[in-house]
Amino acid sequence: MYQEIILDHYKAKHHSGLREPYQAEVTHVNPSCGDEVLLRVQLDGERVVDVSYDGIGCSISQASTSVMTDLVIGKTVDEALALHADFTEMMHSQGRYEPDEERLEDGIAFVGVAQFPARVKCALLGWSAFKDAAAQALAAEHGQGVK
Amino acid sequence: MPDRAQTSTLTAELQASGYDVAAIRADFPGLSREVNGHPLVYLDSANTSQKPASVVAAMAEHYSFHNANVARAMHTLGMEATAGFEGARAKIATFIGAAGPQEVVFTKNASEALNLAAYTLASRLQPGDEIVISVLEHHSNIVPWQLAAERTGAVLRWFDITEDGRLDLGKAAAENLINERTKIVSIAAVSNVLGTVNPVSEIAAQAHAVGAVMVVDAAQAAPHAGVDVATIGADLLAFTGHKMLGPTGIGVLWGRYDLLAELPPFLGGGEMIKVVKLTGSTYAEPPHRFEAGTPPIAEAVGLGAAIDYLNGVGIEKIAIHEERITAYALTRLSAVDGLRILGPTRPVDRGGAISFTLTTANGLEVHPHDVMQLLDSRGIAVRGGHHCARPLHERLGISASTRASLYLYTTTTEIDALADGLNYVADFFGGRS
Repeated sequence: MYQEIILDHYKAKHHSGLREPYQAEVTHVNPSCGDEVLLRVQLDGERVVDVSYDGIGCSISQASTSVMTDLVIGKTVDEALALHADFTEMMHSQGRYEPDEERLEDGIAFVGVAQFPARVKCALLGWSAFKDAAAQALAAEHGQGVK
Repeated sequence: MPDRAQTSTLTAELQASGYDVAAIRADFPGLSREVNGHPLVYLDSANTSQKPASVVAAMAEHYSFHNANVARAMHTLGMEATAGFEGARAKIATFIGAAGPQEVVFTKNASEALNLAAYTLASRLQPGDEIVISVLEHHSNIVPWQLAAERTGAVLRWFDITEDGRLDLGKAAAENLINERTKIVSIAAVSNVLGTVNPVSEIAAQAHAVGAVMVVDAAQAAPHAGVDVATIGADLLAFTGHKMLGPTGIGVLWGRYDLLAELPPFLGGGEMIKVVKLTGSTYAEPPHRFEAGTPPIAEAVGLGAAIDYLNGVGIEKIAIHEERITAYALTRLSAVDGLRILGPTRPVDRGGAISFTLTTANGLEVHPHDVMQLLDSRGIAVRGGHHCARPLHERLGISASTRASLYLYTTTTEIDALADGLNYVADFFGGRS
């Protein structure tokens, strides 16, 4: 379960810290342990230009959030949400999933975590926060467009 | 760190007291299994205890041969089921020193017992009345009072804790925490996180001096040293069966009978009534007033068998065993580099729930989920999280902790496995290896 990739991301989180500007900011909580992530998203049109975050949590939730930022920054919102869907499917597979390394990159390391149902929520914490924030940021973009 | 010689001395001492932990363990089939290729080391009894074979057998016997509804079924099986159910109530009454079985209300767990207390006592509350709890409570002794306060306009106040994890009675006195506006005080007898044994009798005396009702959450007390409702000073007291060798799905609210008799019903339904007319109903006397619907019959029988088991070993002996194992665990865990025990570090007025944080040699605080996961890979079961006590963790300035909790079947060998496991965890994340 504790693959090197996961430990590396945990010990040196990518894109960590809160940055400006941002169009949406969300807080997501894992109620069973109290872990929290505060996450911001900045878009440029349809493209994700920054995801910044501050969180407390276990190695799985922290590493997963780090991997997520690597994957979604620079993608369009649609592409990022498709990755979210793939990652979520992998996490709900109970480990019976052949992850596509081309698409999920370091995210494939989490297929082992999917065998531990109690830890799936940890792996999805940052991803769920991103999905929520991206939807809000998109609404903000469209709102600006109408003005 | 205690060496092997000290360990065997302690083991010999325990055996000399007539307490045969190996024989006790043989009564719990689950304790001999393996987990992830290692012998199970079950250190999560504050979460739920393991069950002796006699409890499982009593429930199977009930379902196999004496199964019927209680009270309403008048035939032979119904009488047998009722005798089993009411017999369990009587065993519990004796076990906790109640005036009689009529003071024992069956609920589904301690949470429901506390909700019953909060809901029915709230019928007496006015805006501005005060309810006093503490910052170290389990959520089940916080949220029902928050709901009662929201419904009635009462104000919720709380005891703080001192740096060593005990209720701060001095600060409470300075704040005039318990005063003439206080109508209810509800406190845990033993903290499920810190293990602190709270001075319930002393607080009950303060509550009674201002005419308040004293409620006690005994979920972490009843299984270990037992409780004596005749002397603890409580008016209402809650605990659950599954933490004291019984099945899940059954808890108890004990109440002083004259208080129970004054309280309105909680849930409405079958068997809690005297007469039902479409224009209104009258209600049964306690305890049945508070037991609407078919109760957890087999669970009550199982809890009765659990009480028989505890009585057979002797609750005083269990308390002494746990005190010794707790002392041993506090010593062994204190010797783990980077481990910080939350709450009292000496085995005085302290139960066997030991929560801690773990920091590696290079300064990383290992998250409790990661501690739990790596220990589980070595067959060791502990709990990682906020243990349903988020306000307490906030007060301590942390988001979560790891908890090892002991019981009558815990051995020093298991504590050694835990300490070794924690060194392994710290090395795994700390890069010492």
